[in-house]
Amino acid sequence: MSADPVADSVTGPAADSSVPDPAADSSAAGAGAPSSGLVLDIRDLSVVYRTSIGDVRAVDHVNLALEAGEVVGLAGESGSGKSTLAYGACRLLRAPALVTSGSVIYSGRRVTRPADILKMRPDELRRLRWREIAIVFQSAMNALNPVLNVRDQLLDVIHAHMKMPRDEAHSRTASLLDLVGIPRSRLRSYPHELSGGMRQRVMIAMALATEPEVIIMDEPTTALDVVVQRDILSQIVELKESLGFSVLFITHDLSLLLELADRIAVMYAGQFVEIASSDEIHREAAHPYTKGLLNSFPSLRGPRRELAGIPGSPPDLRNPPAGCPFVPRCGYARPECQDVDMQLLPVTMSRDPDHVTACPFVLPDTPAPSAAPDSQAGELGT
Amino acid sequence: MSEQTLTSAAAARGPLAMQAISLSKDFRIGRGNTLHAVRDVSFSLYRGAVVALVGESGSGKSTAAKLLAGQERLTSGTIRLDGKQVQVSSRGDFRRYKSEVQLVFQDPFSSLNPIHTVRYHLERPVRLHQGKDVKVGQEVVSLMEQVRLTPAKQFLAKYPHELSGGQRQRVSFARALAARPSVLLADEPVSMLDVSIRLEMLALLDDLRQRFRLAMLYITHDIASARYFADEILVMFAGEIVERGPAEEVTQFPAHPYTQLLVASAPDPDNLGSTLRGRVRRQGPSTSGRPQNLEGAATQGCPFNLRCPFADDLCRREDPALTQISDTRGAACWHLDVAAPELVPGPGEVGPATR
Repeated sequence: MSADPVADSVTGPAADSSVPDPAADSSAAGAGAPSSGLVLDIRDLSVVYRTSIGDVRAVDHVNLALEAGEVVGLAGESGSGKSTLAYGACRLLRAPALVTSGSVIYSGRRVTRPADILKMRPDELRRLRWREIAIVFQSAMNALNPVLNVRDQLLDVIHAHMKMPRDEAHSRTASLLDLVGIPRSRLRSYPHELSGGMRQRVMIAMALATEPEVIIMDEPTTALDVVVQRDILSQIVELKESLGFSVLFITHDLSLLLELADRIAVMYAGQFVEIASSDEIHREAAHPYTKGLLNSFPSLRGPRRELAGIPGSPPDLRNPPAGCPFVPRCGYARPECQDVDMQLLPVTMSRDPDHVTACPFVLPDTPAPSAAPDSQAGELGT
Repeated sequence: MSEQTLTSAAAARGPLAMQAISLSKDFRIGRGNTLHAVRDVSFSLYRGAVVALVGESGSGKSTAAKLLAGQERLTSGTIRLDGKQVQVSSRGDFRRYKSEVQLVFQDPFSSLNPIHTVRYHLERPVRLHQGKDVKVGQEVVSLMEQVRLTPAKQFLAKYPHELSGGQRQRVSFARALAARPSVLLADEPVSMLDVSIRLEMLALLDDLRQRFRLAMLYITHDIASARYFADEILVMFAGEIVERGPAEEVTQFPAHPYTQLLVASAPDPDNLGSTLRGRVRRQGPSTSGRPQNLEGAATQGCPFNLRCPFADDLCRREDPALTQISDTRGAACWHLDVAAPELVPGPGEVGPATR
């Protein structure tokens, strides 16, 4: 969205980074490719989980675009479909998950022409994965191989996805660790010898190993404490600015995204309920669910606010309710909500022209409802 | 220790329930090495009040909770419950102690037994701790209502995997309450849950605290939630309490450099983009930095000296004791006058070392 000076600075000699550029010999057709514009364009994507009692509509006709050099945050509770969306777009899901509609157009600097990931042949998919789109998985504890040391895991990634001489690959593993701030002496360490923060850094180094265009980060810092979390996030931002990749950042913690992301898409029950720049989300959130999320985390600075949280739990996606799925938990709910068809409508009063919300009744300046639907929820802070 | 003159901010809420006096716990970690997980930690819990123990992973906060819960043996120190020194030497003693002091674990996915129903999880502690003449069925239903798992009948027959994370944690709370404890130790009770339901769970804990006048120890790495939930905050680093005081004061005017780092690291939406998206370097103690500083604590001197921007030779040589700042606040730092000049005026007035 915001014109990124970053993206432009990267088009030149991208090999400026301390990582030796492996792309020099491979199909570096990116010379004339546009530096900005869409990298990943997800259109009308639907994913269902086939179960014996019916389809669970985990992702329901969503559209999301990721621009070069942009950080897009995907926020939502567990079970809202945010991970399914990301994995579905990369074809990483297997049965009983099934992509039932949509297209995912990828157009990176290294590929000559945009292609639909959902229609790729296995060999095309193999070239795309990790080389173009890499993923930092949620739990580094489980995602790293416990019987391989750090260097072997990094080598594994490099050899699987790039043609590179052995000695060059070896020196690359070392420079990758430099990049994420781990001492080179740790190359021979096994995952269990590393702290949680270090393991997550190794995961990030693995994602960076092939210089991908897009990195999907699935709750990369959820298991970490705040100091380490901040550390890793600022490192991600620094790396993004020097290497110029785009990030799709998945988390349930909206407060994190407000600081980190350029744009935030809020997901509920398999659909987007609001998409806007993070400044707009922070100042002028329109959808009741977003407002609820914003009012859920205690702030450390400023006066003590009344916190409310969001009472209740998400709907059963096997049998989604008619109209807006958020109605049972919504303080603004009214009878007409049953007929809402969850179209994303522009918020005309917003400063962000691309600010859209799925709620036709509530605007950023709508006064808060007087009583919460569930008064038992209670408030915190005396 | 100078901290004995400190009044706890939690004391105003109710009578003293539990006292931890100079608790220490060492672990042997092979080849004659010792890990000092908890070092000389003292604090008090009061009925109806919440004391938060805040620190990063590995700071010893969970070990402290396990010591209080009687699940680890003390290396040294004393625990007093209602004024009497705790001596757990027999099974009966341990059970009686457990009737008073209960622990809630962090992970609701692994702290419930997957092969047992909710009913089993609650009936067992009721039978164990409330004697024979109690009506178990009724008691279980009333417990479920206390933690708002209603309708109780519907949930009693369920297995843990059929419940959401929040519901499982409610079962954990109910299980702890089944013993009718006076002290509840909550070890990161909400950190595995979604942000949107954390608040609801904290509100529930707050409600239970009031209703049962529980003395609560709330362990967390999220200092922002401690601000809202706790009366007193104890900040732990490398097994030591480095700062303590009323929750609002500690979070708004942190004195110890480590507390300042914790506060600076919390996500701050009101400070949009200034720290992460912009390339502005943070002030104060740096969070990113040399790789060798990422890991923990110094073995000599002040444990924080490797990461502290104010560290000097004194800090590398000697470990500071907790110094009193006001009636209710203390911090363990040689250079409080530099680190928090607005709290501790006077150049070098750190007070005489007590060791």
